[in-house]
Amino acid sequence: MASSDVARQPDKGVRPLNLAGHVGFDSLPDQLVNKSIYQGFCFNILCIGETGIGKSTLMDTLFNTNFENFESSHFEPQVKLRAQTYDLQESNVRLRLTVVNTVGFGDQMNKQESYQPVVDYIDRQFESYLQEELKIKRSLHNYHDSRVHACLYFISPSGHSLKSLDLVTMKKLDSKVNIIPVIAKADTISKSELHKFKIKIMSELVSNGVQIYQFPLDDETVAKVNTTMNGHLPFAVVGSTEEVSVGNKMVKARQYPWGVVQVENENHCDFVKLREMLICVNMEDLREQTHTRHYELYRRCKLEEMGFKDTDPECKPVSLQQTYEAKRQEFLLELQRREDEMRQMFVQRVKEKEAELKDAERELQSRFEQLKRLHADEKAQLEEKKRLLDEDQSSFSKRRAAAQLLQAQSLTANGKKDKDRKNSGFM
Amino acid sequence: MNQQASVGNAMMPDTVVSSGVGGMYGEKAGGPVDFSYVGIDAILEQMRRKAMKQGFELNIMVVGQSGLGKSTLMNTLFKSKVSRKSVLATAQEKIPKTVEIKSISHDIEEKGVRMKLTVIDTPGFGDQINNENCWQPIMKFINDQYEAYLQEEININRKKRIPDSRVHCCIYFIPPTGHCLRPLDVEFMRRLSKVVNIVPVIAKADTLTLEERDFFKKKIREELQANGIDVYPQKEFDEDAEDRMINEKIREMIPFAVVGSDQEYQVNGRRLLGRKTKWGTIEVENIAHCEFAYLRDLLIRTHMQNIKDITSSIHYEMYRVRRLNENNTAVAHTNGLPEHHLTAHEM
Repeated sequence: MASSDVARQPDKGVRPLNLAGHVGFDSLPDQLVNKSIYQGFCFNILCIGETGIGKSTLMDTLFNTNFENFESSHFEPQVKLRAQTYDLQESNVRLRLTVVNTVGFGDQMNKQESYQPVVDYIDRQFESYLQEELKIKRSLHNYHDSRVHACLYFISPSGHSLKSLDLVTMKKLDSKVNIIPVIAKADTISKSELHKFKIKIMSELVSNGVQIYQFPLDDETVAKVNTTMNGHLPFAVVGSTEEVSVGNKMVKARQYPWGVVQVENENHCDFVKLREMLICVNMEDLREQTHTRHYELYRRCKLEEMGFKDTDPECKPVSLQQTYEAKRQEFLLELQRREDEMRQMFVQRVKEKEAELKDAERELQSRFEQLKRLHADEKAQLEEKKRLLDEDQSSFSKRRAAAQLLQAQSLTANGKKDKDRKNSGFM
Repeated sequence: MNQQASVGNAMMPDTVVSSGVGGMYGEKAGGPVDFSYVGIDAILEQMRRKAMKQGFELNIMVVGQSGLGKSTLMNTLFKSKVSRKSVLATAQEKIPKTVEIKSISHDIEEKGVRMKLTVIDTPGFGDQINNENCWQPIMKFINDQYEAYLQEEININRKKRIPDSRVHCCIYFIPPTGHCLRPLDVEFMRRLSKVVNIVPVIAKADTLTLEERDFFKKKIREELQANGIDVYPQKEFDEDAEDRMINEKIREMIPFAVVGSDQEYQVNGRRLLGRKTKWGTIEVENIAHCEFAYLRDLLIRTHMQNIKDITSSIHYEMYRVRRLNENNTAVAHTNGLPEHHLTAHEM
């Protein structure tokens, strides 16, 4: 988002100049603001807390609207994150708000890995921004920034101290996101207990080295308010979207038999402080910190991990581009090598298969030959038999013909006299 | 781990607190308080504060033959001696043999808004006998600024705020011949309109009568269109209908016929910037006399942010794409790999 900005100290060689009249560039901030109105804003909040601690209700109360909420069960096997995006508008400002809730946080028996899905989610958002930034054809100005700008960590109102799960999770997240701890369901703690609880929490955070988000003090207009608010951390909040009539007004409150806890009453809880700090005063700073501190840290680590490095400008700088190119070359050579390998393997397999098939073919061929020979043999035998049979038949028919001839001759030669003799002879 | 992102459209009951001030504490604003106010629009105020704290940067380049009044116009625009000549008190400056690029920076402030203004001068442009390729040093300078920004951007340990030395706007001075553009003008503008926002102006417009001026402007516009030269505000970057309307009006007026002066004279009882001649006094800020006021309004009062945006999101991005692709093809050729191989693996 920050495109052309200037260091706060005047550069050497740049001389200050006085203007003789009204030039008109004091409209620049207005031009900038108008452009931002046109583009719209983006804000992403991550809410971490146990199931049923009031994350969704607080979001509803903060933004004065009913987000779609599902009640989660306590039996999730693993921590999951659910992200929902909404388009809100107030006067002429359009805000694209993404609320990310943890589902099943703190419900498992073994909570050792509970923080991991959260860290992974945050890293994934950084990663996709980094990918977009490194693209050749990129469109950063239209990019929907999904990086988490603020993380509300909901602390259970036990009144004693932080849980170890809380400490472990916050420690893992403090270098990746702006953490704002809040004490949830603060209407269960009395004022004196609350005071002690807050002190205990802050001292535990400090002694464990957890860096929570500090409201910025460098701008005089808000430094005073921010300093006071820094002293009230963590905010004890109560969320409610139900309206109860108090006096002659309808206020957001929770009604108990013993009284009404008014959400927007500063004597009852710190909700108004949270809303003011989170939205009215420091939203832009949260976004900026995410971009310039957390994202840059992620980017640096990621790029160094991938093997890039800067050298100082004295010697020829190994620019990101060159290292990137070198990596790409490496990658492509590797790709080429794998391709060749695969091709070779393929050729090999083909040869083997071919050999196999040839063998099979030869076998078939030999069997065929064999069968043919057998066949031919049998045929020859049969031919032989046929010939013999034919011979027999022909000799037989010859003999019959001869016999018949003889018979015919004797019949005609002897006449009547031989008739009887022939009859008795032939019978 | 799975997550669903569903885009819902929850329209807020958008009511504003009765008092004009963004009431942060509901109890403070007097009268019927509206508790449905969240405070999202306070982000505008936060942005404005941040912008005022950081300050702005603007880099303007002036290009034109010597003697066309570039330095005077700069001084008139910013109502102070911002030009290089005023700063370096060299009495006689020789026209350099080649085009040189000289820049000078100033910190100016108006009503709490601080700006670092850099004026980049190009002495020697168009002054030689043979002016072929005199745009090359200028083109190289502009690309060098993009390169410096790119190098810083792709560093691993990069500065929080990358110093922006990219040329946001190039004012090109057309000599008031009254006829048409010269080949040098056409060539320069054709080449440079692709890398930087060019705002052409007719210099020393007090030598043209109104009719001559209108004729000249029409001729210039026709020639620009015939040569496919897109000067600022470029048609293709109009964002919406409203933008287009405003920009069309501007496009009908370019190039602005300007007269510059840093001397004040008494006219009708008021002290005005102008040029005094025997036949009258030309008032610089009078739109009946010359179009300086339009130029100033365009550059400074209304479109300054837009000029910077187009430079950073379009010209710079185009340079970046070219540069990154260049590297690919160079590396590809040294390795004998076909080019299409690489473009498929965009990171």
